[in-house]
Amino acid sequence: MAKKSDQNSVSKGGFRRFITKSSQDYAIIYMLLGLFILLSLTANNFLTLNNMINVFRQSAIFGILAAGEFFVIISGMIDLSISSTAALAGIIFAMIIKAGGVALMPVAIVAGLLAGIIVGIINGLLVAKLEIPPFIATLGSFLYVRGIVYLSTGAYPIVSLPKEYNFIGRGFVSGVPFPVIIMAIIYVISIVLSEKKKIGRFFYAIGGNEEAAYLSGISSVKIKTLAYAVCGLMASVAGIILMSRLGSGQPNAAIGYEFEAIIAVVLGGVSFSGGKGKALNVLFGTLFIAMLVNGMTILNINPFAQQVIKGIVFILAIWNDVVRNKVSR
Amino acid sequence: MTQMKNTPILLIENINKSFPGVHALNNVSMEIQKGDVHAIVGENGAGKSTLIKIISGAYVKDNGSIIFDGEELGDLSPVDCIAMGISTVHQELRLVEQLPVFENILLGAPIENKSIIGKTVNWKETRNVALKLIESMDIDIDVDMTVSELNIAKKQIVEICKALSRKAKLVIMDEPSATLTEKELKILFNIIKKLKEDGITTIYISHRLEEIFEIADRVTVMRDGQHIITDDVSKMDRKKLISYMVGREIENIFPPRKVNKGKVLLEIKNLSIPGVLNDINFNLRESEILGIAGLVGSGRTELARAIFGVDKIDSGGVYLRGDTKPIRNIQDAINKKMALMPEDRKKQGIIPDLSVGMNISLVGINKVIEKSFINSKTEKKLSEEFIKTLRIQTPKWDQLIKYLSGGNQQKCVLAKWLFVESDLIIFDEPTRGIDVGAKQEIYRLLTELAKQGKGIIMISSELSEIMGISHRILVMHDGRITGEVDPEKTTQEEIMHLATI
Repeated sequence: MAKKSDQNSVSKGGFRRFITKSSQDYAIIYMLLGLFILLSLTANNFLTLNNMINVFRQSAIFGILAAGEFFVIISGMIDLSISSTAALAGIIFAMIIKAGGVALMPVAIVAGLLAGIIVGIINGLLVAKLEIPPFIATLGSFLYVRGIVYLSTGAYPIVSLPKEYNFIGRGFVSGVPFPVIIMAIIYVISIVLSEKKKIGRFFYAIGGNEEAAYLSGISSVKIKTLAYAVCGLMASVAGIILMSRLGSGQPNAAIGYEFEAIIAVVLGGVSFSGGKGKALNVLFGTLFIAMLVNGMTILNINPFAQQVIKGIVFILAIWNDVVRNKVSR
Repeated sequence: MTQMKNTPILLIENINKSFPGVHALNNVSMEIQKGDVHAIVGENGAGKSTLIKIISGAYVKDNGSIIFDGEELGDLSPVDCIAMGISTVHQELRLVEQLPVFENILLGAPIENKSIIGKTVNWKETRNVALKLIESMDIDIDVDMTVSELNIAKKQIVEICKALSRKAKLVIMDEPSATLTEKELKILFNIIKKLKEDGITTIYISHRLEEIFEIADRVTVMRDGQHIITDDVSKMDRKKLISYMVGREIENIFPPRKVNKGKVLLEIKNLSIPGVLNDINFNLRESEILGIAGLVGSGRTELARAIFGVDKIDSGGVYLRGDTKPIRNIQDAINKKMALMPEDRKKQGIIPDLSVGMNISLVGINKVIEKSFINSKTEKKLSEEFIKTLRIQTPKWDQLIKYLSGGNQQKCVLAKWLFVESDLIIFDEPTRGIDVGAKQEIYRLLTELAKQGKGIIMISSELSEIMGISHRILVMHDGRITGEVDPEKTTQEEIMHLATI
């Protein structure tokens, strides 16, 4: 009898260890592979070049948003305002193009990106300087930024824009969608920034133990503000791509996208408690969601049911994070 | 071998537990007799905390069995364990600070009345039960006070009362004395004796060996995750116990004192923070170890933080090497080669999810940056040098620091500052919660650093260590410096007197 229970506890310990170890780095890769194989076997037309390009194209905007969210989450915070920020950047971009034509494209891009950085800096100051909890502060930004978008457009879309500007969202470069190329560049930058740059190390340090980081001379106000600024910048990149893809400046653009981004980050094994996680895995998390949605659509699953499934995936991912924190303690 | 007059309340057989890279418990077996005060001692990383956490349900054992009061414990949760009668008083207390004492004592299990709207809490009765428990402790605590108003010792007693309210048969105390003063310790011991009279078993973990001889009936020594010996305390002596703990004989725990002071390194002039620090003045020279003694709450930690530029100073200032301008903030202090080893290593010292190497290079990250990128090879090389010279026990440089034992984590925090060649290091309770072997190593390091010309400030509650290694001792009380003594000539009584003026 005693022997038997021993064996049980051995396997249990072993299983827990497996979960702990594997979910640290590789869980999302296994999940992505599993989903890929499952869909390849069950969904017709899933495993075609066209569809794969589609999956990547669909994931580009969420992937870029998720990369920004990643920096805020590893720093131990959250940003709920990215969808509004993306809409703001898109609107600013569209307005300038509308006023000045394609010649003003560089100006329009810079202005859109600047808007994102400014929203990010304000978020950072609200959180770090005024010490408002990140969830609440960025919920406020979520509201006021969207408000600015509505105010500046009167809630009407900005239409009849020159065709050339559609390239950012719809163009291809030797068969690869342009947004996918931008996403790839963003992830290369994110990996380097988080793993090879001083600022990345400081994000992890502040997120992992703010007090110890502070007592090591790391200014938490500066670092937190920077994390939000990076997040705002990425949100505006995503917003510009989205506007260009839609072909018009939509004040309602990107609503609900922050959740897709946060799901991707958490699926990528980045802990909500801050201080751990890898940028590349966030890309895998994004692809997982994009593949799941794509597969469900091919399989003709009711879009409302899809939302239910996405919600469940999100909760499972968070639950995994909670369990992992418990086990490794 | 074991006396038959008692029956074991806890029978531990062949327990194993591993963490990534560490075999924390290796086939541990032991017996704890009913009604005993059973001490468990061992160096850091010996496996005491892991064992306790398994008994109290916080960790799941890999295999082995635990029989408590005749019943086999499976993999229970902490809540199940409390229901079975195993209560733990943790080092970090688990009280709801904002609630009054009596609510905390019966937290989660208040006295209830049945009424038409279902169960309602009978606050009066709940308060009475709590009051009786507190009174039985023979100590002056107002049950209506909120817990946040109590000092640590009293909070600990509230925690013990909480355990008793759950009809605990076994109370585990994990280093209860680490934060207590001598006087408070006496009170704790009286309570443990009372528990014993009532037939309640206590497992007592401590690094202070004197306490074990004073309070324990039996003692178990653990080393490197293994059970070494369990025996009656009466059959042990200090020397024997230490040799079991470290696996060899330790002669003199304090290295020889060498006084060879250099130039003035630090000058504190009229430093004041209203209500916290009051007109502090002193100097520190190169190669000097300055001890700061005083009771918990005397302002020692606040002084350390003020010197390091953490907290805002109201008047006066901290001057380095004859500078005319005082230290402005932490960055300024660090740039001027000052360092702080904070008292709470876990909360203030380490970044748990970063590797050992990344923790070591945190302050001096610029040294591993080449062409604006972090060079992992340089980082590995430089951090491995410190791992070697400070003898940090870690399987590899990129192991997460949270998997290291307390003493080794402490050494990593020190390495972080040596990495940037700090030459004035403030140690706040450097040996709190670490064992004799690691303590001896810390003392050796402190002395070694002073010999290299660094100025050291050491804050400690342990008079023996302050007297053992300081060149000069300042005593604090109530935010003031109440006296300066020469460790060669003073007595513990004199220091205690100054600390309570």
